[in-house]
Order: sequence, then structure tokens, then C-alpha cells
Amino acid sequence: MNLTLKIWRQSNAQATGKMVDYKVTEISEHMSFLEMMDVLNEQLINSGEEPVAFDHDCREGICGMCSMFINGEAHGPDRGVTTCQLHMRMFKDGDTITIEPFRAKAFPVIKDLVVDRGAFDRIQHAGGYISVNTSGNTQDANGTPISKHAADEAMDAATCIGCGACVASCKNASAMLFVGAKVSQYALLPQGQVEAVDRVKNMVAQMDLEGFGNCTNTGACEVECPKGISLENIARMNREFLSANVKG
Amino acid sequence: MSGFFKSSIGRKYAMALSAFFLMFFLLQHFAINILSVFSPDAFNEASHFMGTFWAVQYVLQPVLIFGVIYHFVMGFILEAKNRSARVKKYAKNNGAANSSWMSRNMIYSGLAILAFLVLHFIDFWLPEINTKFIDGDMTGLLPNGEGFRYYEELAHKFENPLRVGAYVIAFIFLSLHLMHGFSSAFQSAGATSMRKEKLQLFAKVYSILLPLGFIFIALFHHFNHH
Ligand code: HEM
Ligand code: SF4
Ligand code: FES
Repeated sequence: MNLTLKIWRQSNAQATGKMVDYKVTEISEHMSFLEMMDVLNEQLINSGEEPVAFDHDCREGICGMCSMFINGEAHGPDRGVTTCQLHMRMFKDGDTITIEPFRAKAFPVIKDLVVDRGAFDRIQHAGGYISVNTSGNTQDANGTPISKHAADEAMDAATCIGCGACVASCKNASAMLFVGAKVSQYALLPQGQVEAVDRVKNMVAQMDLEGFGNCTNTGACEVECPKGISLENIARMNREFLSANVKG
Repeated sequence: MSGFFKSSIGRKYAMALSAFFLMFFLLQHFAINILSVFSPDAFNEASHFMGTFWAVQYVLQPVLIFGVIYHFVMGFILEAKNRSARVKKYAKNNGAANSSWMSRNMIYSGLAILAFLVLHFIDFWLPEINTKFIDGDMTGLLPNGEGFRYYEELAHKFENPLRVGAYVIAFIFLSLHLMHGFSSAFQSAGATSMRKEKLQLFAKVYSILLPLGFIFIALFHHFNHH
């Protein structure tokens, strides 16, 4: 199929940037979205132009690096997929596709479609971990009983790949789905209890410091999240945060 | 708890708390208003009680005024903060693909309610304050002394079709505001999934029926008079 692409071009973090139109031809519907971008970039390189910079790594939906806002939605129109797993069969011959970087004050553009999601790393550093001694005296995992329900919910929360689609989709650029998932994956397990109070307080404080907006429960994040992280995790984070503040 | 109400989540709790209070107030307001349809006497009794009982006048009324002002001032502050969290807007944003119109336009439905509240204050609250505290007439009686004035005043207000129209439109916006807002408040307050489904159903029913009820009362008095 033949497509018109409207792509955000910005040469560096300081540049103003603008939308630029491109044409690609003979795109197979079996290609992934990033393969289509590869075709475009080959075209650009051959004609001596600067290729479009975009993030990617695994190309199989697990690393969370790819991050495009396609036709007004994070990771494009399909559900439960990252941009690398979005297939061109979601589009029709003759379509115009608008491609923008994830936008949030806390995710500054580095170049073209590449944004700096370091804010997520700093939130993780503030408390998204447990402190365990791994030097030779690790316990048998089955020594700590955990209910199936809690284990399943913790696992669901832990599937968040930190892609930032939740922030990109949210009208408030709120990071609460991401932080809710990261708080929940520990809050549900006994190993997470020791540092529970400091964890939620510090992670929320860092989230606020990074300049993300405030959740108003539109639910856009849950719909656009490639891993189907549930809003339930935000409610759980709110409860954890309240109880942490009551405990002092 | 230091810093709790300055944090993003603390503010969500505060917003939800003010919302629950408003939902309770609205229900109570409706319960009294609907009396006017069935029994002008009962409506007069209830209005007189609410208008003169000290605990309502000097405790609940100030709490209500604070609650309303807190709610919309906080609404404006959150809106401004949330707008500033995305400086550069998308060239193309398909919000309808992932969220309801109501949830994306709380500030506009809220502004419509605020405009209504100004009208409502001028219509009912200012005359009340004037009669009771400027003229010093705490009797609640008609000028000719023949019975309570509340029902007469209410019925008189709804003669004007422009006012009735404005009320109907305002309550449609209230319904839109609550269709997202009420269930949103349960989510903010951290309701768990099992309870949430029932709570959200309750919130939906409330958000549609209550504004409809107020519209019914306004229309009833309008057409009852002619
Ligand atoms: C006076 C004008 C008003 C304005 C400007 C206003 C504005 C807002 C805004 C911007 C929000 C979104 C904030 C958020 O979701 O975090 C909101 C939420 C809400 N509003 Fe209003 N509002 C007004 C009046 C009312 C009234 C009269 C009621 C009910 C009788 C009401 C009930 C709610 C509810 C239930 C929420 C959801 C709270 C939550 O998510 O925790 N609002 N309002
Ligand atoms: S919650 Fe979902 S959308 Fe947000 S970072 Fe995690 S995987 Fe991505
Ligand atoms: S490139 Fe790894 S998730 Fe898309």
C-alpha cells in the first residue's frame, strides 16, 4: 500500500520542530510499523536526507523502548500492543498517518520521535525495589506462602514495561498508572511490606517533582496501555499512600 | 500527615471528599424540593426548618459554602496544573478512542454549573438573606401573614420560561459532570474492584436520576401555574 506520513521532525532538544510530510510506497500489510519506518529511513538515507530518529530495542513488545503517538493514540490504533508490534494491516492504502513523539513536560523531546523517559527511572530509584541480601543465603521462594490471587495481581502489575504510553495518552500527562503498577507489584507481596511506607511516599514525591499531571480518572491510560495494566493499581496506590501517611 | 494535602494523591482524596459531601447535599436538597410537588405544606414546613434552625444556618451552611468553593477552586487549580504538564499539544489527538467526553470536559461542565450557581444564588439565596437578616423577618410568613411564603416564592420563580430553560440546561450539565465525577470519586478514594462495580452502578443511576428529578420539579411548577 501507499501512504502519506506526517512526522514530527526536531533536530535536537532545543530546536522548535515541525510536522513534515513524506510518502512511502509498496508497504506490505504484514510489516510492523517500525519496519515501515525502516523503509522510510532507507529512502531518506538514499536521497541524502537525515533519517527519522525513533526509539526501539527488542521489537517484540517487551523492552518498552518504542514510543510513537500514531493517529492520535499512543502505540497507534490497535489494543494491547506496542508500536513495534503494531502491524500495517491496521491501515488502508492511501491513508495519511500522523506520527508524533510522546508528549509531556516530564518527557522532553531529544530528537524527532525520541523522548527522554528518565523521569520514570528516577521514580523507580526513589523506591521501586526491595532490599534483599543475595550473597549466598537466599531463601527458597516456596518458604514464603503467597495467595494465588495476590501472586496473580502482583504479576499483572509487574508486566508494566515502563513505555510511558499511559503518560502520553493521559490528557493530564499523569504517570499514575505506571507508578500505581510499580507500587502494587510490591504492595501485594510479603517481601514488599518492609519498605512499604517509604516506598509509596518517596515514589509519589518523585512523581510530583518530575512535573507529571494529576490523575482525573479518565481511564485513557488503561485503554492505551500495551500490557493492559488496570486502573485498579491506581486505586491501590491511593490506599497505600493514605495508609503510609497515616502511619507517619 | 505533613504534606499529604500538597501531594497529587492527597489532593485527589480531598477532591473526592468534597465531591461526596456535595453528592450528599444534593440528595438532601432534592428530598426537600420534591415535597413541593406533592405537598406545599410539607415543603413549607421543611423550608422553614432548614431556613431557621441554628445548626443548619450556622454550621451546615458555612460548611456547604466552604465545600462548594473548595471544590471549584481546587478544580481550577488542578486543571491549570494538568494543562501545564503538557506544554506542547499533539497535532492529532484521538481522545474519543480511549475516554468519555464527560471525563475530558469536567472543567466545562463545571463552569456551566458555576454559572448556574451564580443565578441560583441571585434567585433564592440573596432574597432569603435579605428577608431574614437585612429586613429581620424570621417568621417565614407571606407579607399578608396568611401562611408560609416559601412555596409561593418557588412557584412564582418558575413562571418565567427563560429561567426554567436555564435550569434545565444547567441540570443537563450537572448530569454530565456527575456521570464521570461520581464514579471517579470512588476510584480516587481507592475503592477496590469488587465493590467498585456496584458503587459505579449506583453512581450512574444517581447521576442520571437526580438531575432528571430536579428538571421534573422545575417543569412541574412551570406548567402547573398556567
Ligand atoms: C461550581 C462549579 C464546579 C466546578 C468548576 C467543578 C469542577 C470540577 C473539576 C474540574 C473536576 C475534576 C477534578 C478531578 O476529577 O480530579 C470536578 C470533579 C467532580 N465534581 Fe465538580 N465542579 C463544580 C461543581 C460541582 C457540583 C455542584 C458537584 C455536585 C453536586 C460536583 C461534583 C463533582 C464530582 C463528584 C467530581 C469528581 C471528584 C473526583 O474525581 O474525586 N461538582 N469538578
Ligand atoms: S502502565 Fe502500561 S502504558 Fe504505562 S508505562 Fe507501564 S506498560 Fe506502559
Ligand atoms: S521495541 Fe521493545 S517493546 Fe517495542
